[in-house]
Amino acid sequence: MVKEIERAGIPVVHICTVVPISLTVGANRIVPAIAIPHPLGNPAFDKDEQKAIRRKIVDKALVALTTEVDGQTVFED
Amino acid sequence: MSKKRVVHYINQFFGGIGGEEKADIKPEVREGVVGPGMALQGAIKEEAEIVATIICGDSYFNENVDEAKKVIMEMVKKYDADLFVAGPAFNAGRYGVACGTIAEAVKKELKIPVISGMYPENPGADMFKKSVHIIETGNSAAQMRKAIPAMANLAIKMLKGEEISSPAEDKYISMGVRKNYFHETRGSQRAVDMLMNKLAGEEFVTEFPMPNFDRVDPLPALKDLSNAKIALVTSGGIVPKGNPDRIESSSASKYGKYDIADFFNLDEMSHETAHGGYDPIYANTDADCVLPVDVMRDLENEGKIGKLHRYFYTTTGNGTAVASSKAFAEEFSKELLADGVDAVILTST
Repeated sequence: MVKEIERAGIPVVHICTVVPISLTVGANRIVPAIAIPHPLGNPAFDKDEQKAIRRKIVDKALVALTTEVDGQTVFED
Repeated sequence: MSKKRVVHYINQFFGGIGGEEKADIKPEVREGVVGPGMALQGAIKEEAEIVATIICGDSYFNENVDEAKKVIMEMVKKYDADLFVAGPAFNAGRYGVACGTIAEAVKKELKIPVISGMYPENPGADMFKKSVHIIETGNSAAQMRKAIPAMANLAIKMLKGEEISSPAEDKYISMGVRKNYFHETRGSQRAVDMLMNKLAGEEFVTEFPMPNFDRVDPLPALKDLSNAKIALVTSGGIVPKGNPDRIESSSASKYGKYDIADFFNLDEMSHETAHGGYDPIYANTDADCVLPVDVMRDLENEGKIGKLHRYFYTTTGNGTAVASSKAFAEEFSKELLADGVDAVILTST
């Protein structure tokens, strides 16, 4: 899906847990997530802390969307 | 002559430990056969014996690749294996990636032959087909009875040190290896035959398939985030409570489009996941952990982004055919464009 969205002309960032799959699929802007059943949260923390974690990942996704890339790029910490 | 020793790797599901709620279990080893190993053992019994089965949770493996690899490698070493078999994983993505990763590592470090089995669309197949013999299987475990004989056939060849035939003959996914041999008809003749068949509209088999490099160049970056309309899309199967459109829990035949204009946050009363490929407990309690509506609303209110698009698009990504996902996204991307969406955040589990 990520590839088709980009092909249609809409910049897209892929937030995903298993980065190698995203690379194989062909996403260009990739932001790693926390875990498969809760990519944007971590049940080990309370609600507010979880939201802060989620905010950090989404912020990174926005950085990815506003960064020029040459090819597939993984936005690590 | 003593029988050769085989170590078999399977996931928590085939290991009979549990479904997604057990996908985070660490590697463990059992003496002898477990689950699909039984059929495999039956098919190779003249030559070899499965001495141990290693079981590991799919999520655990993929989230802790280095640690899992290290521990499993030690287990394989301990059993002094002559051959390592992983799977078959059919179209289970995380399982396929785990099988490919560990099989490649065992082959490289322990220098013993390895085999896996996958459906060609499994992401693990694309990642590891060049380094691991991966038997081509159907897309679900219902195809186990077909997969096992093919895997056993190749296993026996490897154990006996026999020459491995072409991908078509030995039913593995092409590794991209070229081999010289004398054909009964010369190249020019074969090329003309092929052309004649093509002109006549008949079937022909190319001797040099073009690699499929389906890549899309990255688009330029967004210039102005504070005025951008951003849409959320997910393959994590988030749907309104009750899954009104009955999106399938795997091998989805459709996607959903849902209004979130009135939502500041998703919770257990409003949303859940339809995805059958991961433990749903977290997403069912707080779907924001897959589809971050709460954070997007904050960003919108703070003026960091222009607007969160009022609809999100969703499907379940597990076992869903590449062709289907492609068609879904082709269709809804047109809507996104028509709605003036400037960028998409796509989340996957």
